[in-house]
Amino acid sequence: MIPAAFDYLRPTTVEDAVAALAEAGEEAKVLAGGHSLLPVLRLRLAAPTLLVDLGGLPQLRGVRTDGDTLVLGAMTTHAEVAGAPVVVDAAPLLAQAAATIGDRQVRHRGTLGGSLAHADPAGDLPTAAVALDAELVLAGPAGRRTVPAREFFVDYFTTTLRPDELLVEVRVPALPGWGSHYLKVNRTAQAWATVAVAAVVERENGTITQARVALTNMGPTPVRAVAVERALAGVPVDAIEAAAAHAVEGTSPASDTTASADYRRHLAQVLARRALTAAAGS
Amino acid sequence: MTRISVTVDGTRYEDDVPSRTLLVHHLREQLGKVGTVVGCDTSNCGACTVLMTDPDGVPRGVKSCTVLAVQADGREVTTIEGLGGDHPVQRAFHERHALQCGYCTPGMVMAAVDLLREQPDPSDAQVREGLEGNLCRCTGYQNIVRAVQQAAAELRGNEAAVTQPVGVSGP
Amino acid sequence: MTATLAGTAAEPEVGRARLRKEDARLVTGRTRWTENITVPGMLHLAILRSPHAHARISRVDTSAALREPNVIAAFSGADVAETQGTMACAWPVTEDIVLPIYRPLAVDEVRHVGEPVAVVVARDRASATDALEAIEVDYEPLPVVLGLESALADGAPLVHADAGTNKCYTWVLDSGEAGTGKAVGEAAAAAELTIHRRYVQQRLVPASMEPRSVLVDPTGDEWTIYSATQIPHILRFLLAATTGTPEHKIRVIAPDVGGGFGGKLAVTPEEWIAFAAANRVGKPVKYTESRSESMVSAHHGRDMIQDITLYARRDGTVTGLSVKLLANMGAYLGIVTPGVPILGAFMYNAIYKFPAYRFECTGVFTTTTKTDAYRGAGRPEATYAIERIMDELAAELDLDPLEVRRRNWIRHDEFPFTTVAGLEYDSGNYEAATEKAMQLFGYDTLRAEQAKRRVAGDPVQLGIGVSTYTEMCGLAPSRILGALRYGAGGWESASVRLLPTGKVEVVTGTSPHGQGHVTSWSQIVADQLGVAFDDVEVLHGDTRTSHKGLDTYGSRSLAVGGIALVLACQKVREKARTIAAHLLECAPDDLEFADGAFRVRGTPTSAKTIGECALAVFAAHDLPDGVEPQLDAEATFDPQTFSFPHGTHLCAVDVDTETGAATIRKYVCVDDVGTVVNPLIVEGQVHGGVAQGIAQALYEEAVFDEDGNLVTGSLADYTVPSSADLPEIVSDRTETPATSNPLGVKGVGEAGTIASTPAVVNAIVDALRPSGVTDVPMPCTPERVWRALQTARSGQEVAA
Ligand SMILES: Cc1cc2nc3c(=O)[nH]c(=O)nc-3n(C[C@H](O)[C@H](O)[C@H](O)COP(=O)(O)OP(=O)(O)OC[C@H]3O[C@@H](n4cnc5c(N)ncnc54)[C@H](O)[C@@H]3O)c2cc1C
Ligand code: FES
Ligand code: FES
Repeated sequence: MIPAAFDYLRPTTVEDAVAALAEAGEEAKVLAGGHSLLPVLRLRLAAPTLLVDLGGLPQLRGVRTDGDTLVLGAMTTHAEVAGAPVVVDAAPLLAQAAATIGDRQVRHRGTLGGSLAHADPAGDLPTAAVALDAELVLAGPAGRRTVPAREFFVDYFTTTLRPDELLVEVRVPALPGWGSHYLKVNRTAQAWATVAVAAVVERENGTITQARVALTNMGPTPVRAVAVERALAGVPVDAIEAAAAHAVEGTSPASDTTASADYRRHLAQVLARRALTAAAGS
Repeated sequence: MTRISVTVDGTRYEDDVPSRTLLVHHLREQLGKVGTVVGCDTSNCGACTVLMTDPDGVPRGVKSCTVLAVQADGREVTTIEGLGGDHPVQRAFHERHALQCGYCTPGMVMAAVDLLREQPDPSDAQVREGLEGNLCRCTGYQNIVRAVQQAAAELRGNEAAVTQPVGVSGP
Repeated sequence: MTATLAGTAAEPEVGRARLRKEDARLVTGRTRWTENITVPGMLHLAILRSPHAHARISRVDTSAALREPNVIAAFSGADVAETQGTMACAWPVTEDIVLPIYRPLAVDEVRHVGEPVAVVVARDRASATDALEAIEVDYEPLPVVLGLESALADGAPLVHADAGTNKCYTWVLDSGEAGTGKAVGEAAAAAELTIHRRYVQQRLVPASMEPRSVLVDPTGDEWTIYSATQIPHILRFLLAATTGTPEHKIRVIAPDVGGGFGGKLAVTPEEWIAFAAANRVGKPVKYTESRSESMVSAHHGRDMIQDITLYARRDGTVTGLSVKLLANMGAYLGIVTPGVPILGAFMYNAIYKFPAYRFECTGVFTTTTKTDAYRGAGRPEATYAIERIMDELAAELDLDPLEVRRRNWIRHDEFPFTTVAGLEYDSGNYEAATEKAMQLFGYDTLRAEQAKRRVAGDPVQLGIGVSTYTEMCGLAPSRILGALRYGAGGWESASVRLLPTGKVEVVTGTSPHGQGHVTSWSQIVADQLGVAFDDVEVLHGDTRTSHKGLDTYGSRSLAVGGIALVLACQKVREKARTIAAHLLECAPDDLEFADGAFRVRGTPTSAKTIGECALAVFAAHDLPDGVEPQLDAEATFDPQTFSFPHGTHLCAVDVDTETGAATIRKYVCVDDVGTVVNPLIVEGQVHGGVAQGIAQALYEEAVFDEDGNLVTGSLADYTVPSSADLPEIVSDRTETPATSNPLGVKGVGEAGTIASTPAVVNAIVDALRPSGVTDVPMPCTPERVWRALQTARSGQEVAA
């Protein structure tokens, strides 16, 4: 219940934060909302010697638009992502996914950046980011670099972030006129996704012109359901059912106490159909 | 040790705390606010819920077992003990028999206060979802939902919905 | 609302929806949970637990831990082998039961993950936790024993090598042999229909929201022990008995206790360890478990395999029942571990009157956390099996499940009825409860909707589940407990003290932890003595004030402790009558007592209130000769029989046949718990009980991996449902007073849990029966429902 002892820093500039991380090396951890990190520390599954708290960086919190792009600070909380009118407007999928996370208290503290950096395969925001072709801005000792969400997630709980890098910003291209839906099944209301599907669909006169589909908890990282997307380019809405059957292609879901891989594969198809139908109808 | 200043239930406290101290332990062990309790070690039960102001000054429900005391530096925290005792939510929990052992109650009450700040007129389903982060093993939640609805009505100034308590109070 | 005042004609308190006296402190945080209590000089205890399910301990070295900052003591089981005592099992159900030695701190072998191995006592909790990491333990892993059937197989590795077997006991109840009915063999031979099923009662975790906590203070001339327990009296007795500490030097206090559900019907190794630690350092020592520790070390519940065979005629009459149980004890025996399934033995026949019954239970040791009582203890398992198989009978005969029950249940005019298990049910009215439940539920309308949706091939199918249950409450007649080899009695005690100002102090031997005894007991006393509800104080949970009691579990508090209270009140009244007669200068028999006052028959203006008697006794200036100056009385009540609440629960579920998700759409229960003292509290108990039963049906399961690790070891994986996961419950009552006690009460703590699990699962199976599904194992997760459908469909294809 009590974490092992650690040192604590709350820098007020991104540069200081990065410098502190660079100096401490692998033993340091970034602290954002703490809603993945603190449970791990309390159970003593990890024992970093230094926490660098991003709570002193208000510049990383908040949402704005930059032309056609929605720009979200890494420290923006799930509640803010779910509720900010600009997000609901420009990237409703992201807002919807954020609203399904944990519970109110979790959403008040957990952050977008933390969720992406933590890269839990059952996390909701990584999938949404992948479905929306978001770009992640990382700050390191050598300056900033931008990584597409699709390349950011490497493996279970592993990203391209280096130990001395911070995720500072998430850039989401607006998709005006597209319909979207995030559909999640979990064992209890508060639980992580058994499987979830993010669907974004562009339509024109009853025809789907293009679609993007990403899956939660169907592999070590969010999975883009490319086969489904391919099957949905320039087809009528009633092609969704057949297309959704491709949702299992390229997935490698785990078996755990929540569900078997088999069931997850089945569920992915059902949810893909339902999410796409909702996205195409909205 | 880090020096922090936290206002809890209206009193400003200054303390040197080890950086690993959880807010809930700071509240209970340093400040004597034992009304707030701990029910788990994985941030699931919500028993430790308190209100804490965000930088925007709005108090929001947080699980105080998943906040470090140092993260509360400069914030205002309200615990069950700071609610006054006659808060509509507290009264409604009593009048609707929304507690049995009462262990979940401090967190549940604070979570309900937080919910009603944002959703003053929730549906039953919204109350149920709004409290999904708080586990109660005794009540089956039904009377909690009723209590939150009664408090909501009172807070909205809708006396009509308030004046039929189910039980009988003492004089 | 004014309360009853002595001397005024008032509405009786019993039956009123009094708001609880307990709430004021609980809604404001002015609580006294054990973990809130600190005493001067208090130290903190942390426990190192086994990471192995089964291993020999070859070495424990605590010396490095002792060098850590703030550490006062560190020791292992071997260090206290002589003084730590052993944990006791109070219910050796058979003569030849295997009773393994159960040490609080393991000495040479660990037998489940989480078993305590060594401890640190330190100035603060953080230091104690840190220092655990410096303790070195060498383990030699031994083979784990997990499955019940494989544990009994020849050559299986042994949990307790010296026992030579993993079998703990076999216990049989045979109506032919016992003379309570016919032999099942006859029924089997004559049966027109035989239905066999295997049901698995998954392992559950009681998971009260307050973790267990204990503070042992050895300073002063006695030991003061605060514990988050349901059973302070039993704790005191067993601690004295197993450690040789004089009982009168032990004071146990159960302060505010945050739920129990049987999980705190336990004396725990942690209590013994804290006691040993406090004695070793001569200082108060506190230990509070984390939830993760609780999950592996506090006892679990259920975990049985039930092989059940029902014999019937084609008209739906059940003619016999045979039950074979394998019950998982876990690695050790807690105080009532072996007895839990035995409690169920008397309930498989439920509300039905078939003539032949055989029950056989084998307790099995495994290298897992021990099992013991969890809400209902044995009775939910029994009710589940019989209520599930009654549905199977209905399906087999193409009858409505309620009709099959009607053809077999005891009619209201057949009470008292002696069952095939040998119990006499005093009262009941299954027809009335069922009728009322059907009305509230809209049974016929929902059946019609179901038929329509079946025909339409709706991907979301409607299922309707029925559970008509009874339970035995009011544990328990001491005589019967003795016959079942239980180590203690089942009486309960109460004392009532009149204070000079007319206020009343009640001391009860029950130990509430959420049940609202203070409120209900006040209502009873208010009626009995004609005093105001608010003028009654109820004291409990401290062996210094409540020296005698058997505590709270098994829906016994009201049905046993409440009666003791009534008897004590009656004694006080009779004493007061003598005083009043003396003051009014008449014979005691000339007085009648009503509304708190004695009045001379025929001269109603001549009256003395019970409060006036109390003041007169306090002054003691003018008492009749030979009368002691006190108006106190104590009573102990030992019930002659159990009480038998019953009811009908109906559940409608929508089952999404694509995802397997089952959603409860409507839940109606009509319970008959006899006389209701406080309808609010009764309703609350039903809600909470139903919620826990639904949790078994849909959500919860303690799962071990092949190495014996509990993989559902936190509230993140052990999915206790939240408000968003549970339905609205429509609850109502019929009221058939028990004839076996003066209040007519039966007990309500476990009713909801017992009834609801089969109602939910019956509904799910009912939804899918047209597809060929006959069972879904619990918890009925979406995956399991989906799998059951897949299997049934492929079976149907093969058949076709
Ligand atoms: C009860 C409960 C239920 C939950 N349910 C869900 C759910 O349903 N769906 C879901 O998606 N999540 C869920 N979560 C997780 C939640 O969303 C977390 O908030 C999130 O995963 C991590 O965000 P955080 O800000 O809390 O990060 P932290 O816990 O502070 O950090 C997480 C990790 O990311 C690193 N990190 C954080 N921010 C940055 C950054 N800006 N740059 C570099 N590294 C960084 C940290 O070093 C750490 O390793 C749940 C959590 C809890 C406690
Ligand atoms: S103690 Fe359980 S969520 Fe904080
Ligand atoms: S009232 Fe006991 S846990 Fe909620």
